[in-house]
Amino acid sequence: MKEEHSTFNIQRPTPNEEPASASAARNTQHAARRYLSIYAALAKNSLAREMSFKSNFLLWIVVDTLWFVMQFCFISVLYIHTDAIGTWTKWEVILLIAASNFIQQIFHAFFMINLTNLSELVRTGKLDFLLLLPANTRFIISLRQLDLGGFVNAAGAACVMAYAAHELQLHPTALQIGGFLSLCVLGILIHYSLMLLLASICFWTVKAQGIVWGYYNLFNIARLPDEAFKRGAFKMFFTFAIPMLLVSNVPTRVLTDKLTSPGQVLLLIAMGIFCVILSELGWRVSLRRYTSASS
Amino acid sequence: MKKYWHVINIGMQNNLAYRVNFLARALFGLIPLMAMLYLWRTIYAGKQDDAATIAGYSLAQMMSYYLIVQIVDALTAVNEDDWAIATDIKDGNISQFLLKPIDYLWYRLCLFTAGRLMYLAVAAIPLTLFILWNREHFVLPPSWMQFAVFTFSIALTALLQFFMAYAMAMLAFWVLEVSTFIFILYAFEYIASGHMFPLDILPAGVKQALFYTPFPYQLYFPVSIYMGRVNGAELFNGLCIQLFWVIAAYGAARLAWSRGIRKYSAVGG
Repeated sequence: MKEEHSTFNIQRPTPNEEPASASAARNTQHAARRYLSIYAALAKNSLAREMSFKSNFLLWIVVDTLWFVMQFCFISVLYIHTDAIGTWTKWEVILLIAASNFIQQIFHAFFMINLTNLSELVRTGKLDFLLLLPANTRFIISLRQLDLGGFVNAAGAACVMAYAAHELQLHPTALQIGGFLSLCVLGILIHYSLMLLLASICFWTVKAQGIVWGYYNLFNIARLPDEAFKRGAFKMFFTFAIPMLLVSNVPTRVLTDKLTSPGQVLLLIAMGIFCVILSELGWRVSLRRYTSASS
Repeated sequence: MKKYWHVINIGMQNNLAYRVNFLARALFGLIPLMAMLYLWRTIYAGKQDDAATIAGYSLAQMMSYYLIVQIVDALTAVNEDDWAIATDIKDGNISQFLLKPIDYLWYRLCLFTAGRLMYLAVAAIPLTLFILWNREHFVLPPSWMQFAVFTFSIALTALLQFFMAYAMAMLAFWVLEVSTFIFILYAFEYIASGHMFPLDILPAGVKQALFYTPFPYQLYFPVSIYMGRVNGAELFNGLCIQLFWVIAAYGAARLAWSRGIRKYSAVGG
């Protein structure tokens, strides 16, 4: 994979000659601009890569669409036999599935492949090269590759959401839409933080092919309406340990006026912050375990 | 014949290395299963009638359906065999099999069998505990006879799963990246074989149409034998059709191989 290294032929930062007392604001601004330019280079590279396997790119979109459609088949069949799951009606659940897919696909677009590749980097020792780069390692391993198919699928999910909202005769206010989108961003961050923790297991086990599989089993819970689960260990676990029952349920509730109390939103925000902090700590501990390979 | 026993033996030993992986797989697999069971419980609870049935399934039968699916799946699902076969073709590893007095398809079937036996040995523990935990919602087959036919049908299911996956992996002779095709087939299998829900809850016409495809015989059919939903002549016919699909899939696998081998250029081999 020679191309990987060429990806990082990015201008090295010029040593900062200003006195240390130079305004911190300028430094952050400078850093932000630098990381943006790094990201632009990475994204350009990903685009070139995707376009060299066009048919494969399109086939993956077909695969994802198919799995997405299957969810609706399942829900449609369920609702032949019932009118509601808890208080959730058919189109509300469809909106939920689409919202969950929207969050998941954006997460896939930015992070998923990179995190699943982490175990390979650790196993082969290629992480050495990334550690040596003059940029934050977590930034590089998380965002190296951009999966453009994810955006196409997310757009599909957005269309389904719009249609479901039309069926439900929803007229969300700008505040509701803004709240929904911000909570989606939070959901993406939760997905990312938890997946980074899951992927970091490879620092201990080296071989970790089961990670993707584990991801789908744990994270697909997010598609189900929270009221399908009565109070118990399962619900507690997926609310307070792996908050999958909040990630897409709460934004959907915001959009459909189903919010029972503002506490739900606050809980999601609290869990989001908790996950982000935990993943940073986890990442630091994990990286300390790294011993390189074959050299 | 003896050489194939050796393959099974070696396969078991190889798979022994993945026992922790298998255990993790079996444990994680219980999470979506639990979610599904909770979902159905909530749906039945919404009926406000304890004797409510959905498409002829009581709550206990519905939950048993998913539990049995999990068992049949542990016994018969193709795990990573299709990827491994495709990789063998792509990397030119099959060249050695063209020279050795061993048939690649039987070789792979032996490895598949070994993998399933090892997986079962590991997964049996969490699965049994899980079923015991749900025992009040677990129904037993109506008779020993039914159970015997169920096990026979599972064997056919395993063969059908394997031959279909094998035939699919043969695509690697023609295209570089087979994973998308495997996932597309897997998506159809997932819904049409009854993995997601018992096919009985589908509208009658759709269910009937599905029975013209091999998918229901990959999972739904043996489970419905266990549940005592097929009997007599219907059961016999079903087994014949299942056998027919096994032979058809075997034929397709053989045909694809012989066509593919003509195109094969032993990349890197």
